[in-house]
Amino acid sequence: MSTIQKIDSDLVNIPKEDAFTTLNLGPTHPATHGIFQNVLTMDGEIIRDAVPTVGYIHRAFEKLAERRPYNQITPITDRLNYCSSPINNMGWHMTVEKLIGATLPKRVEYMRVIIMELARLADHIVCNSVIGVDTGALTGFTYLFQHREKIYEIYEEICGARLTTNIGRIGGFEREWPQRAWEKIEQFLLEFPPALKEFEKLLVRNRIFMDRTIKCGPISAEKALSYSFTGPNLRAAGVDYDVRVFAPYSSYEDFDFIIPVGTQGDTYDRFMVRQEEMWQSLSIIRQAIQKMPSEGGFHADIPDFYLPPKEEVYNNMEALIYHFKIVMGETEVPVGEVYHCVEGANGELGFYLVSDGGRTPFRLHFRRPCFIYYQAYPEMIRGGLLSDAILTMSSMNIIAGELDA
Amino acid sequence: MASKDDSKGMNNQAQANEKLPALLVSAFGEDITEASINHGIPVFTVHRNAYRKVVEFLFNLEEMPFRFLTDITGIHLPDNKDDLGVICHLHCLTSNVRLRIKTFVTTSDSHVDSLTPLFPGANWMERETFDFYGIHFKGHPNLTRILNMDDMLIHPLRKEYPLEDQSRKDKNDAMFGR
Repeated sequence: MSTIQKIDSDLVNIPKEDAFTTLNLGPTHPATHGIFQNVLTMDGEIIRDAVPTVGYIHRAFEKLAERRPYNQITPITDRLNYCSSPINNMGWHMTVEKLIGATLPKRVEYMRVIIMELARLADHIVCNSVIGVDTGALTGFTYLFQHREKIYEIYEEICGARLTTNIGRIGGFEREWPQRAWEKIEQFLLEFPPALKEFEKLLVRNRIFMDRTIKCGPISAEKALSYSFTGPNLRAAGVDYDVRVFAPYSSYEDFDFIIPVGTQGDTYDRFMVRQEEMWQSLSIIRQAIQKMPSEGGFHADIPDFYLPPKEEVYNNMEALIYHFKIVMGETEVPVGEVYHCVEGANGELGFYLVSDGGRTPFRLHFRRPCFIYYQAYPEMIRGGLLSDAILTMSSMNIIAGELDA
Repeated sequence: MASKDDSKGMNNQAQANEKLPALLVSAFGEDITEASINHGIPVFTVHRNAYRKVVEFLFNLEEMPFRFLTDITGIHLPDNKDDLGVICHLHCLTSNVRLRIKTFVTTSDSHVDSLTPLFPGANWMERETFDFYGIHFKGHPNLTRILNMDDMLIHPLRKEYPLEDQSRKDKNDAMFGR
């Protein structure tokens, strides 16, 4: 398949303009895993041009955020990249903490690292196993999805929710992690690596899988940079840009990990980069558990933003005032503007926040990685086959919620 | 090890924070209307006519070429004379330095140069900014709406369109009990 992918256009007898077929791929095509429309101009089986339409599930998050107090914006961020909500939640908390100048105990930062790496694992499990499905290998998907379920159970122990987690608060976590959460993380660290190894055995050196993915939807490093690619897609093209290293947040500088890079920027490289990142995430989680300080609590001491415990609210005047102010959204936020970014599962997730001192942000903009790199999609699939276009899309990890915000 | 790269990057940012404002002011003079350091990164407000030239200058800067466009977005400040703003975040990956550039236009004349010739990735970011704020980017190949429907008449993120008041009583919505 890949051999006929790049047919030299001079050698092919190109038919006249009206001989091209227009094909609507989407908006609700089962193979695109979400609401994506692409109007394709086809020459037989070969794609000559593509025009993507986005915005089908646009929910005006940036406008909504302008009416919500800071702590009520966390649920909005859940719905960006819903495969890894905790990363979005943490990114948002850190943005506000940067604005108010809060410092967190090391223990909270390490707990955040654990939950963010679990989210990255969950996201990469979805993406990579779906690449398998799109090449026709459903087995790996069914095996790995069991373990994503285990990650969701860990979320559930910590915050009670599974998909749209709303995990953590500005200044820390809502409560101490229960013992069962730690046990489940330990169990996950024990059970997941063999499954991941098995998954790799199934696909990594599989002749069919390699034929199908190598040289499928490639992009060069220069092109990827000029299109502002970030995350695994940029690293697959060979650029070792990772926010966790370039602008460490939440004590990522304390951990030892490798940034895997690819060379071709094709589907296989994107798959392999994610695969290696999963191993690195597992190692980061192990390091965080090992280095976890026993003291420090689960939140920072910022009474203006962090809800006091209930028993104090009922018995203590000051706590009652803080509780009231936070719940009614009367907290005073300093005037300022910040940009904070975290390494989301599919790239640099940025929050540009402008505060005029009011109870809500004056302006909040989400830098959504897949909105930015999806614009290169037509260029990546041009000259390829329709089946490769499907595969390219799933390997780019485009999440509709994040794309349309 | 992550920590080594980090300390190097931080030093570069600190050096750039000292150097860049003087460098830009000497190159563009009056066109740089404001230069400051905000939460560790330099922020420049530039005159709308110089916006593209400043970005181009930074793009071609020898010691730290700002070749990575992080983000373009807009802002509406209804109380200001120049009420619409374009905010652009640039990143120099080789020395790990970030900066922010702002330029302001008015609602009645909201034209500013497009960055698409420098960064193909600016295409959708500028379309999004046009869609929500009605800022026109000169030289953009396809300046149409992107997230909202094509026949929408307003630019919804402007402050004159407030979100619906949750306490309004003039609506009778049987489904949601208002």
